[in-house]
Amino acid sequence: MKKIFIDTGKRIISFLYFIGGLSNLVGQTFRWLFVPPLKGERVFEQVKKIGVDSLPITSTVALFIGIIMALQTAVLMQRLGSEMYIASIVALSLVRELGPVITALVVAGRVGAAITAEIGSMQVTEQVDALQTLATNPIKYLVVPRLLALSLMLPVLTLYADIIGIMGGWLICVHKLGISSQMYLNITFDALLFKDLFTGLFKTVIFGMLIAFVSCYEGFNVEGGAEGVGSATRNAVVKAFILIIMADCFFTALFYFIFP
Amino acid sequence: MIDIINVSKNFNSHRVLDGASLKITDGQTMVIIGRSGCGKSVLLKHIVGILKPDKGQVFVDGQEVSKLNDKELEGILMKIGMVFQGGALFDSMSVGENVGFGLIEHQRIDHKELLERIEESLCLVGLCGIQNLMPSELSGGMKKRVALARAICIKPEIILYDEPTTGVDPITADSINELIRSLHDKLKVTSVVVTHDMKSAYRIADRIAMLYQGKIIAEGTPTEIQNTTHPIVHQFINGLSQGPITETLEQFR
Repeated sequence: MKKIFIDTGKRIISFLYFIGGLSNLVGQTFRWLFVPPLKGERVFEQVKKIGVDSLPITSTVALFIGIIMALQTAVLMQRLGSEMYIASIVALSLVRELGPVITALVVAGRVGAAITAEIGSMQVTEQVDALQTLATNPIKYLVVPRLLALSLMLPVLTLYADIIGIMGGWLICVHKLGISSQMYLNITFDALLFKDLFTGLFKTVIFGMLIAFVSCYEGFNVEGGAEGVGSATRNAVVKAFILIIMADCFFTALFYFIFP
Repeated sequence: MIDIINVSKNFNSHRVLDGASLKITDGQTMVIIGRSGCGKSVLLKHIVGILKPDKGQVFVDGQEVSKLNDKELEGILMKIGMVFQGGALFDSMSVGENVGFGLIEHQRIDHKELLERIEESLCLVGLCGIQNLMPSELSGGMKKRVALARAICIKPEIILYDEPTTGVDPITADSINELIRSLHDKLKVTSVVVTHDMKSAYRIADRIAMLYQGKIIAEGTPTEIQNTTHPIVHQFINGLSQGPITETLEQFR
């Protein structure tokens, strides 16, 4: 019984440490964001690593999600005799929910883990300390470019995933269910409103920031050697996943009330 | 001049420094000796402001390091070069970019001059022409020398060395000692060297200080230290397994 209390207490304390440390990192990052000079080439390098290099995996996942959505809804819609509405279901669920969340999760797994592992290895080999002795703030040098790149590129990747996903639905509808191309596109664009696109993309800016902060924070707090880097990487991905889903729930509820 | 006054530092509940005081005058080579894990590196990190003291003060050229704003700290750091134990080279950059990092980030100099400074620093450590190699292609001893080149490239007034001869073969160790000595003579820098290698300490030191249980317990010239009657210092410099240091450990067990 006593052990349960001690364990729970330890978990609460470590959770509070995480929240405190993360808030501190967020505060410092926003402070350093506005301290010149901001080196464009460093942001660009991250944009390439985070955005461009994530395109293949994001498109593959989005294409299959589109196909799966179309196939799953086809069963029901065929029974009701309204196959053409598959297009609107695919478009709405992708643009409002699946596109942003799936892209964020893919990027958290691919890029977030890499960021934690990179910063974590720098931490254990004293490279972060070396940056400081060379009068370079590690937050400005390491966190700011990653934060900018993630919050810029995640919306772009999501937009791209939305389009590819809709194409996946199109493949099934046109080639299997015999709906005309023109009809599919018409129904897709009739169903979509600007607010769907806006709320979907707005969320991803926040998701991008969450991934950047959590993975940098875990990287800076690595203790021990290779094992520490491994467990920090795992923690970063798990925490990012949970935070993304929680934030998604929050924003979905918020937009539900703002744009009913 | 570096002035460390009564510095205490705890990590969680473990007290690493406990009122350590040390004064290092300009142009001096001060060697800080002590057992592994006794807080020597922690003391060095206080000088560059990576760690802040829980109690006490650290002054570099009359300015208190932990009280400086970003701009002032940058000014102090541009006067200090630090050589880390494992080199701490940035592995995503080439040797040349590593060595020139401080200049590229902070000083506006043209490309040609930058390349010259990098070449000059590498030649000073005896590694001319390896700018385009990556750190992963270097041996342990070469990494340490590149790290030294990175430290001297900004033309510092103070160089801090964290265990410069640990983990390299005796011949490389001796060449590193010689390098530290010659940089001191050529560039007239103040050096602070943390080590537990006594051979190296006698070779390079103007003065030696010993850190034990978070305090500086003895300080003097190499000869004074060699002829000490202090039982703890005597046990350490002679590398004896029996003596007051190990007796205290026995008591804990």
